[in-house]
Amino acid sequence: MRRYAAPILLALFLALAAPIPSAPAIGPGEALKDAKLEDRARDIGRQLRCLVCQNQSIDDSDAPLARDLRRLVRKRLTAGDDDRQVIAYIHARYGDFVLLRPPVDERTWLLWFGPALALLVALAFLLWRLRRPRPAAPADSLSPEAAARADALLGDRGDEP
Amino acid sequence: MSAEIGHFALIVAAVLALGQSVFPMAGAVRRHGALMALGGTLATGQFVFVAIAFGALTWAFVTSDFSVANVVQNSHSAKPLLYKITGVWGNHEGSMVLWCLILSLFGACVGWFGGNVAPGLRARVIAVQGMIGLAFLAFVLLTSNPFDRVNPMPPDGRGLNPILQDPGLAFHPPLLYLGYVGFSVTFAFAVAALLEGGVDAAWGRWVRPWALAAWSFLTLGIALGSWWAYYELGWGGFWFWDPVENASFMPWLVGTALLHSAIVAEKRDALKSWSILLAILTFSLSLLGTFLVRSGVLTSVHTFATDPERGLFILAILAVTIGGALVFYAWRAPALKGGGLFRPVSREGALIVNNLLMTVAALTVLFGTLYPLIVDALGLGKISVGPPYFNATFVPLMAPLILAMGIAPFLPWKRADLAGALDRLKLIVAVTIGAAAVVVFLEDRYSFAAALGIGLAVWAIGASAFELASRVRLFRAPFGESLRRTAAMPRSAWGMTLAHAAAGVVVAGITASSVWQTEIVRVMEPGDRADVAGYTVAFAGVQEVRVGNYLARRGRFTVSEGGAAVATLSPEKRIYLPQRTPTTEAAIRTTWFADLYIVLGDPHGEGGHAVRLYHNPLVPWIWIGAVLMFLGGMISLTDRRHRVGAPRRSVRPAPPQPAEA
Amino acid sequence: MPSRRLLYLAPLAVFAVIAVAAAFYLQSGRDPRLLPSALIDKPAPAFSAPGLEHDGRIVRQGVDSASFEGRITVLNFFASWCTPCLVEHPQITALSKTPGVTLVGINYKDKPAEAANWLARHGNPYARIGVDPAGEIAPEFGLYGVPETFLIDRAGRIRFKQVGPITKQVLEQTILPAIETLKK
Repeated sequence: MRRYAAPILLALFLALAAPIPSAPAIGPGEALKDAKLEDRARDIGRQLRCLVCQNQSIDDSDAPLARDLRRLVRKRLTAGDDDRQVIAYIHARYGDFVLLRPPVDERTWLLWFGPALALLVALAFLLWRLRRPRPAAPADSLSPEAAARADALLGDRGDEP
Repeated sequence: MSAEIGHFALIVAAVLALGQSVFPMAGAVRRHGALMALGGTLATGQFVFVAIAFGALTWAFVTSDFSVANVVQNSHSAKPLLYKITGVWGNHEGSMVLWCLILSLFGACVGWFGGNVAPGLRARVIAVQGMIGLAFLAFVLLTSNPFDRVNPMPPDGRGLNPILQDPGLAFHPPLLYLGYVGFSVTFAFAVAALLEGGVDAAWGRWVRPWALAAWSFLTLGIALGSWWAYYELGWGGFWFWDPVENASFMPWLVGTALLHSAIVAEKRDALKSWSILLAILTFSLSLLGTFLVRSGVLTSVHTFATDPERGLFILAILAVTIGGALVFYAWRAPALKGGGLFRPVSREGALIVNNLLMTVAALTVLFGTLYPLIVDALGLGKISVGPPYFNATFVPLMAPLILAMGIAPFLPWKRADLAGALDRLKLIVAVTIGAAAVVVFLEDRYSFAAALGIGLAVWAIGASAFELASRVRLFRAPFGESLRRTAAMPRSAWGMTLAHAAAGVVVAGITASSVWQTEIVRVMEPGDRADVAGYTVAFAGVQEVRVGNYLARRGRFTVSEGGAAVATLSPEKRIYLPQRTPTTEAAIRTTWFADLYIVLGDPHGEGGHAVRLYHNPLVPWIWIGAVLMFLGGMISLTDRRHRVGAPRRSVRPAPPQPAEA
Repeated sequence: MPSRRLLYLAPLAVFAVIAVAAAFYLQSGRDPRLLPSALIDKPAPAFSAPGLEHDGRIVRQGVDSASFEGRITVLNFFASWCTPCLVEHPQITALSKTPGVTLVGINYKDKPAEAANWLARHGNPYARIGVDPAGEIAPEFGLYGVPETFLIDRAGRIRFKQVGPITKQVLEQTILPAIETLKK
């Protein structure tokens, strides 16, 4: 079991990094006829910020600018751009602010890798602490009456899950 | 007159809070019993006077007293009574008074129910509560007085933001604040313990019920906010990683970690300094949330105060409160002795995994929320951090968390056998893998994410059910004995099992509604029909109506299933009159397993309307799950061992706790 | 153990960094809505917009990005329904009279009749006007809304961008000096 745990978990992580779809504010008649292309357009739309809205993607918003950008995305896709090129096209015109997935560069290293680093450091620290041989139980710092009080209170602490 | 009474009551409350922060502390330092006992009385007094102020403000809203500026700006005589009352906290000043009210209530509760807490510790806890109360009362009095008068008095008010005139959002802040502010008690316990210089296992016992209560309310508050967003914002989403949502989510994550580490602190006398840190961090994040929302640092849909002066004041409160606590932590915590030893694979180890993942998840949310501000403040440009970032970083942390959650109850304390636990769970492992496999074959596009989500949900629910079954020895012992064991099961065990299963219910709801949503966007004319996920929706037309303080275009849709009419749905586009603000009201038909969700859009051509139809499978489970979590917390809270106010009389000798090499 | 002590100081240190950053941010008085443009020093996007026509009469010839070569151009997005456009109209008119500068307009999401009336009423300072009725050119320029104004050099590169109306102050202190620099 343990031997397979790592690859399985890795696979789980990769799967979840995929965007999870949400409901959009796309209007009637906007969708492309080609369902595959439209699916791609929706995925791209969810990664672009509606710049004049507050925390909405262009896929979520009713704002006119969001509609224009949705149309631009579809125009580029119909012209044959791949997803990356479409996003780069809009990125070039609207700047980093339009990207809901911030670019990985020296400014965002901490953002992207900070939590993972913190997790690794904490894990390493914990394993080091738990593996380290320690002398028998440390001396109790409680006064006798405090210990008695704690014991009285915690008399039944063994039977909880 | 009521405004002056309210204002005066706030001043009295602030004076009492000052006394509350000084006398019991002095009493604890000098071991002076009467001074310490004064703390409870002062805390009750502070609560009474803040309640009077809150009552006075409510009175001004209910009677539409337009000589009070706050009422003018946030109320209107034509508003329904319910929203006149909820309008009290539907604005910056009033919501801060509510904050103070709940804070003083918790402070008073420590006095009322803290009977078995050691007097010195209790006095210090009450004093710390008094200091926080003083800071926030000063904030209200100096920068956000809700009782300011206007002269001359206008004939009517400007009305409450229509988006807040909704039952969901009306009761969202009080619940959220019960959670946020509830963690002030655990914070006060942490600081008091650091001041006293000692943490014994009883500390964990005392902290747990408060953490549990705060956590339960916060869970419900967040769920209510998300439910509101779902039915009100009109595009069927329920969580947007909006900074304001994140601000409430971070204390929840760290609070969940605290809830679990406090168990280890109590049962095993370990993780004590870590639990103290979590208690400090949870309330710090609650304060940070208040700061982010109130200062207008984040411009977001929910924010209604944008004022740098207030922001600086709250920042100062934050700096002193959190900074002070962390200074004490750095100074006193190294002296705290670790207790029971354990192996990495053990109940303790599993709870540490929970702590680690919850804390890192909170860190991810914190980074995502603050990073654009930091980059901007450093002059490095403008960046956005949106759902793609959070999905990519947050979700992978939740998957192992839920896996660990299923196994943890099967691991004994100190040292456990993972293979053995998995062996006991082999039925659930098989069911989980089977469910995931079925989903993979069902779906094509998001199959992997869907299989993972459904698998995790099945795992969490299955493992919890199995845990319950094995606890009562279902099918292994005579049925009568299982029944007897069920009846004798401690309430905290019920609570845990329910809350863990509820997490699975939430995951199922999130996954299914995200992956299997059906969406139809089109122009419909009266008489048109649309087929959505087995339903036929017929559009009967639109009529104009006037209800109370708004005008509405109301659509009529008849929903039929297999030829039989099952429902009539009436989504609306409303215009609220005083401000002429438009809102969208979705119409929802729920079967508890799925929602049919209809939004009426703008007119198109002659009699036609843009219409959005959604079918959201399992979406109600998100909120059902959250309510179950809340219930789990509440059931656990009624466990006799959590009833701080009523200590048990009969005491069994403590079992020996041999140290492990 | 000093290293152990340091560990317990870490939360305080992290908090101090966050608090200082927050105070800095609040004090900076920075407008969170202000955004840098991504197109500065980049070639103006290629486009071709038909001219503004009304009542079968051409009000102005259309705009082609090829015409930016070899001259200093001020490109202004405007609309008759846009109130701030009226606010900046005197400054736009002043720009049209600046020697060595060609002022061209893009009429954004407007009805030709209303645009023509608006220009007749308030004066038409534009040498050329292209129409963008569906808002297709605007996103090519990274437009947030109207009015927005771009200063384009002789090589066809965008050198300055104004989001929102051009006030007298912006005109005199920023745009006119920038034009002088481009002339050299």
